[in-house]
Amino acid sequence: MRMRFVIPLGVFVIMVVFLGIGLKLDPREVPSPFIGKPAPAFSLPQVASPERTFGDANLKGQVSLFNVWASWCVSCRQEHPFLMQLSKAKVIPIYGLNYKDERDAALGWLEQFGNPYLTSAFDADGRVGINWGVYGVPETFVVDKKGVIRYKQTGPITEQVWTETLFPLIQKLQAEEVGA
Amino acid sequence: MSPRILILLLAALSLPVTATEIRDFAAPSRQAAYENLIKDLRCLVCQNQSLADSDADLAKDLRTEVYNIIQSGKNEDEAVKFLTDRYGDFVLYRPPVKPITYLLWLGPFAALLGGGLFLWRQARRRSVADDDDELSAEERQRLERLKAKIEG
Repeated sequence: MRMRFVIPLGVFVIMVVFLGIGLKLDPREVPSPFIGKPAPAFSLPQVASPERTFGDANLKGQVSLFNVWASWCVSCRQEHPFLMQLSKAKVIPIYGLNYKDERDAALGWLEQFGNPYLTSAFDADGRVGINWGVYGVPETFVVDKKGVIRYKQTGPITEQVWTETLFPLIQKLQAEEVGA
Repeated sequence: MSPRILILLLAALSLPVTATEIRDFAAPSRQAAYENLIKDLRCLVCQNQSLADSDADLAKDLRTEVYNIIQSGKNEDEAVKFLTDRYGDFVLYRPPVKPITYLLWLGPFAALLGGGLFLWRQARRRSVADDDDELSAEERQRLERLKAKIEG
């Protein structure tokens, strides 16, 4: 007779556990298939100087952030002061992918709010963005010394994301030997 | 409002409303392949819409990519691979069967089996219980006595 109560209770507990896990998940966060894979190849004109190019080769040799941004992107504006802070602290080189933007608008944005990027690549039609699996700007990729993508942050980098996730990871990656 | 205007207005309202662009295809089979594909692929921006339904900018770009792949003579699998390579299995409304999705695919059948087993056991227990409804020897004797009393 006791089983009569144990079984429904067990089913209920299992359901609560699953629903609880479901509540914690963010459906907006789609796991990137690029983690642990080399950065997709590209070569694009730079935002500031169209005659020069920026490509995946430029992301090799150091741990860097590759931040996807656009002047039309509201959350990028929100993230921007923190990127400025990072670039001033010179913890890590930050490169930009200016996604589906207009050159004048992008340059105006950088002039008005400041430019945290060493270089920004100009991806007017968004095809490089698609090749990197970009679906919601801002997105930030952590690329290691060998040019391998190690982490992807979808949505703005906040103080919390930085101290809890990005900074510890970056320190670990900076300590890695290239030959290893 | 004259009936004619009313009819025209209603006709305008009944025009098919779709987010998709008008595209030319080399062959009708490719058009069918394209249309099936974009119905089965999920838009990443508005996640409850397919690429076919979504009006998001990214959905438009991804439709163009799918169109270019199909139009270039490649098959559906290559278009699907293009998207899953970049966005993962998430873009598929029909997730592939692999260890991580076993629970998803087999869970309903396991639940059905478990439920069936439970019902079967319950039914058996009840039929055993039914046997207990038969009168015991003592009860039968009492019944006989009562019957004798009434009849006698």
